[in-house]
Amino acid sequence: MSVKLLLAKAHIEGIRGFEVYRREGGYQSVEKALKQMNPESIVEEVKKSGLRGRGGAGFPAGMKWSFIAKPEGVPRHLVCNADESEPGTFKDRYLMEFLPHLLIEGLIVSSFALGSNDTYIYIRGEYAWIVDILEDAINEAKANGFLGKNILGTGFDCEIHVQRGAGAYICGEETALIESLEGKRGNPRIKPPFPAIQGVWQRPTVVNNVETLAAVVPIINMGGEEYAKIGVGKSTGTKLISACGNINKPGVYEIDMTISVEDFIYSDEYCGGIANGKKLKACIPGGSSVPILPANLLLKTAKGETRYMNYESLSDGGFASGSMMGSGGFIVLDEDQCIVRNTLSLARFYRHESCGQCSPCREGTGWMEKILHNIEYGKGKISDIDLLWDIQRKIEGNTICPLGDAAAWPVAAAIRHFRDEFEWHVNNPLEAQEKNYGLAHYADPIHVPVTA
Amino acid sequence: MSEQQLFKVTIDNITIEVPAGTTILNAARQIGGDVTPPAMCYYSKLEGSGGKCRTCLVEVSKGSEKDPRPMPKLIASCRTTVMDGMEVKNITSEKVVDARAGVVEFLLLNHPLDCPICDQAGECHLQDLSYDHGKEGTRYEFERRTFKKHDLGPYIQLHMTRCILCYRCVYTADQLSKERSHGVLDRGDHAQIATFIEKSLDNEFIGNVIDVCPVGALTDKTFRFKNRVWFLKPMDAHRDCPTCSGKVTLWNRGDEVYRVTARKDKWGEVEDWICNTCRFETKNTSDWVIEGPREIDRHSVIAQGHYQGSVGMHKPTETFAAVNAGRAPHLLMDIHSVSEVNKDSSL
Repeated sequence: MSVKLLLAKAHIEGIRGFEVYRREGGYQSVEKALKQMNPESIVEEVKKSGLRGRGGAGFPAGMKWSFIAKPEGVPRHLVCNADESEPGTFKDRYLMEFLPHLLIEGLIVSSFALGSNDTYIYIRGEYAWIVDILEDAINEAKANGFLGKNILGTGFDCEIHVQRGAGAYICGEETALIESLEGKRGNPRIKPPFPAIQGVWQRPTVVNNVETLAAVVPIINMGGEEYAKIGVGKSTGTKLISACGNINKPGVYEIDMTISVEDFIYSDEYCGGIANGKKLKACIPGGSSVPILPANLLLKTAKGETRYMNYESLSDGGFASGSMMGSGGFIVLDEDQCIVRNTLSLARFYRHESCGQCSPCREGTGWMEKILHNIEYGKGKISDIDLLWDIQRKIEGNTICPLGDAAAWPVAAAIRHFRDEFEWHVNNPLEAQEKNYGLAHYADPIHVPVTA
Repeated sequence: MSEQQLFKVTIDNITIEVPAGTTILNAARQIGGDVTPPAMCYYSKLEGSGGKCRTCLVEVSKGSEKDPRPMPKLIASCRTTVMDGMEVKNITSEKVVDARAGVVEFLLLNHPLDCPICDQAGECHLQDLSYDHGKEGTRYEFERRTFKKHDLGPYIQLHMTRCILCYRCVYTADQLSKERSHGVLDRGDHAQIATFIEKSLDNEFIGNVIDVCPVGALTDKTFRFKNRVWFLKPMDAHRDCPTCSGKVTLWNRGDEVYRVTARKDKWGEVEDWICNTCRFETKNTSDWVIEGPREIDRHSVIAQGHYQGSVGMHKPTETFAAVNAGRAPHLLMDIHSVSEVNKDSSL
């Protein structure tokens, strides 16, 4: 049984309410932070903890906090990114639904550290019922003196506002989120200036993921150094993984990042193996935008080492033979799944969610979807595969925001690792309508060249 | 601090000193020529424009004197300011040339390429861009997206099918008029410029959206299908206008004013915004004081028409007599009566 910091008390009856949460030791970090610490020392603790952003990019949270500009007389804001829309990721939903006070607690401490008197939770529009849960929690916290004016008599004021999105994946990108929060069309801004200098209403802003902010609570409670001892290397602390797909036990799991991918999939504590006794074919380990990996490269790196569930190990080998931790949306595909079809549905998603602001993403995502549609429905050509590769290459890195990359990577990885499946689709158009390519050689051990 | 700080920047091996805060694109424009990246969405007169079309992507091979690391990705030169000692590669970078060709292909993906019937042809920035930086063919084999035409009031026609979503007109309407009445609806490749429920655009300066539009998506209804722009003589003219500066370019054929536009500089940007009255309703030569021919020296087919020193200056001489041993031409038919010949005889 590994360490649990966030979800340890998720199953206690009534933990959603303030009373039980407080009885179980909740809001201790607020008392500690506001009474015994100052903002600088909180940022220092978070830096020491090595906490990395849990929203996908994995940028060190303490570092991000230290970038915030502090001009005289200009208010600063903390914005919690709860616009969790990545296909396959649903960890924040679980956290907010069952432990709303954990997020509120983290928000109060972080707001104090950053000097934010008005803190916003920008929540995905589809999570309508969670807005009520959060607002109840905010009201309870306020009634008990943890929010509002003069919190715990320390003179620190903080209000938390919940803002619902209107259903756009792009609003999870921090600058698009800020635009949307301001009431504008959710188009990503051109950086620089970064939000740390000019964010919401041109004021210095930090945007953090729900899980990142919740993780501040254990960091303050146990101290940054203790927190950094959990995990391995630069992957410190615990990470929530939302596992889904063809596994026996889909759900949200908290891991301490020392577990191997194989154990995570097959152990009864976590995913419980592939459903219906099938074999593992491929996996998207970090939410839909990260590169898909075939079974052999998922369980072992190209060097033949065991792959672990942490930032470094999952990205070992770069995009040539690795993937990313991403936001922790762990999507497992069994031998009956068709990679072409899977790639098509992802391409369709990105086409639908592209904001249309910059040309490569606006036009390229639609183009990729149409080509993939042709290949999937037996009208593809061999040259289409190279064309897809060229399109994704011209989108990646040339767009305003990372959505372009996110749209390009799944297509690139699918072609890189499953090219023969694409070719099979093109060469056997009729057969491909009725059956799948199957597992083929995707789980075969990889030959590791011996180096002197 | 009274003296403005100058930064040294090298673009395609040409070094120039520019004030701090200048964008790479504007520094390159000071050098001019092929070194200047194309810009489809950036418009120096419009605050917040740029960064969207990605045609101006450049490679920064050296960040600055202090931090010489190259930038990992290609960056939009219109929205990135120079640093001291920065080295930029535009046409000398293979990555840039490749990415730009990609962007041109993307921009043309859903563009109808109806240049033969488009009023913008000849002065279209997308035409120039695709000739300069594009490939000769497209690899797109699908149906292009289309929209139905919209009338934006009595003067402006919106043909969304041609639009490349540069957002220039949105910024123009936002910044020149008090009321915001048009913007972008939907997203992705079905995003469109639209007014709220086809509400017409009604503002004294709204005609300027036609001038800022790099393609033929917004056209002047008083000029539509009247003439090809390269058959017209551009001439600088002015009038005493109570609303705007009154400084315009007239586009004449003979003595007839076919259209009125704002004066555009060599980057195709409007020098002074003009009002709707000047643009749409003042079309008699007698309304204007003509200053002389307008030189259009960059881009476009219209730049090929060299009117300088000829049109309106001296009359072309009759050469027939000179080549025909002094004999006057024998007039078979007065061509001015050709239209009579073609008339329906049953009338």
